[in-house]
Amino acid sequence: MKVKFNLFSGLIFGIILSLFSTPILASDDESKSSSGGSYDPVGTVLDHISDKNEFHVWEHVHIPLPCILYAPDHGWSFFMSSKFDHGHKAIDGYVLNHGRVNRIADPEFPQGEVDLHGTHIESKNITTADGKEKTVYSINYHDHEYMIDPPSTVDGGFVGGGITSFYDFSITKNVATMLLAAILLGWLFITVARRYKKNEGKAPSGIQNFIEPFFLFIRDEVTRPMIGEKHYERFQPFIMSLFFFILFCNLMGLIPFFPGGANVTGNLAVTLALAFITFLVVNLSGKKDYWEHIFWMPGIPAWVKIILTPVEILSLFIKPFSLMIRLFANISAGHIIILSLIGLIFLFKDTGQLGGAPTGIIVGGAFTAFMNLIELLVAFLQAFIFAILTASYIGAAVEEHHHEEAH
Amino acid sequence: MGAIGAGIAAIGAGIGIGLIGSKAMEAIARQPEAVGDIRNNMILTAALVEGAALFAIVVGLLAG
Repeated sequence: MKVKFNLFSGLIFGIILSLFSTPILASDDESKSSSGGSYDPVGTVLDHISDKNEFHVWEHVHIPLPCILYAPDHGWSFFMSSKFDHGHKAIDGYVLNHGRVNRIADPEFPQGEVDLHGTHIESKNITTADGKEKTVYSINYHDHEYMIDPPSTVDGGFVGGGITSFYDFSITKNVATMLLAAILLGWLFITVARRYKKNEGKAPSGIQNFIEPFFLFIRDEVTRPMIGEKHYERFQPFIMSLFFFILFCNLMGLIPFFPGGANVTGNLAVTLALAFITFLVVNLSGKKDYWEHIFWMPGIPAWVKIILTPVEILSLFIKPFSLMIRLFANISAGHIIILSLIGLIFLFKDTGQLGGAPTGIIVGGAFTAFMNLIELLVAFLQAFIFAILTASYIGAAVEEHHHEEAH
Repeated sequence: MGAIGAGIAAIGAGIGIGLIGSKAMEAIARQPEAVGDIRNNMILTAALVEGAALFAIVVGLLAG
């Protein structure tokens, strides 16, 4: 009975979500397409799933976010992103490029506040020395072309980033959403914990009823069977935090308007941090048996051990890496599909074929409602998969083998 | 080329997850009382298969 009710309310939630999302995402895109000529599907989608230094609410309403920037040749800079005037001003050589802070490293560019009206950032594709295509940005100011650097990333050039002339430690849209999710979770769980203290020995009431099934589900289906009766209580808080943090970030990503709308768990840096925490927890709680099974697997011939040991050491890193990629790819793919379906409206409008925009709204809207329902399922499923895989890795790390019996 | 590789990886994952789903359905039909355990293990295995496919997709897209 309880399960049925949950499924039903989930369905209603999904339908309401998709009804809201369709017109609002649409109005958002329309302002872009009317200002920038014909509709560019790839650019719009990538713009929507990327992180920003300001929070877009409505048409021309932006919530400013604090920028914390460090350049080795300039030192620290602190200011609110509203000082950029939506990209019409440069502050100490920093400019806003597609919502992201970039820097003009050229020392000839004037410091302080510089008015950029009448000029705009231009992009062009170049081929680097190792044959890769790359987009670089430049700005024309007083008949001089200045190159613009993106912020440094830690990927070492693997996905097109690398160390540039400055580092961005700002509270971006993603960071703000994560803080909001953390505050929400903190409020929710402190309230519930107080309720448990007050209601000790009595039936749960109010918001307790909402949390208890989740809590029991994580304990009975995830931690207890995966980690084992002996150790599961120690890891219960960690698995619960992972599950609820990922779940809340996923769900907030599905809300298309202000407090949500950030692609938090579809950001490689966020999933990297989550996977790194998992990596630390798993390996720091590893028992003697765990390390023995990695470096010198008992019960097999020596020549197999020589092959197996490097594979096992690699698997130490592949496990969290696959956690990182799985969450990132699933959530990003969902956002891209929804945005592409919304984009159908503007593609229909631009071509004017088959009835134009109204057909696009019917077709795109129906598909978007359907995709939103699937994404609601994926939001729960990916949080569950992250939690259960983490639990199974921890389970393997803390398990005590009995070789004399098992082998 | 990268997109073609990503597509082939998706086919592989589709076959793999399809097999897991079909066997899980058969198992549930045989033993309806074990549905909880079977479902959990099905999701876990499907996630592992999907992980391999996602590696291939990411590598395919990075290779251009």
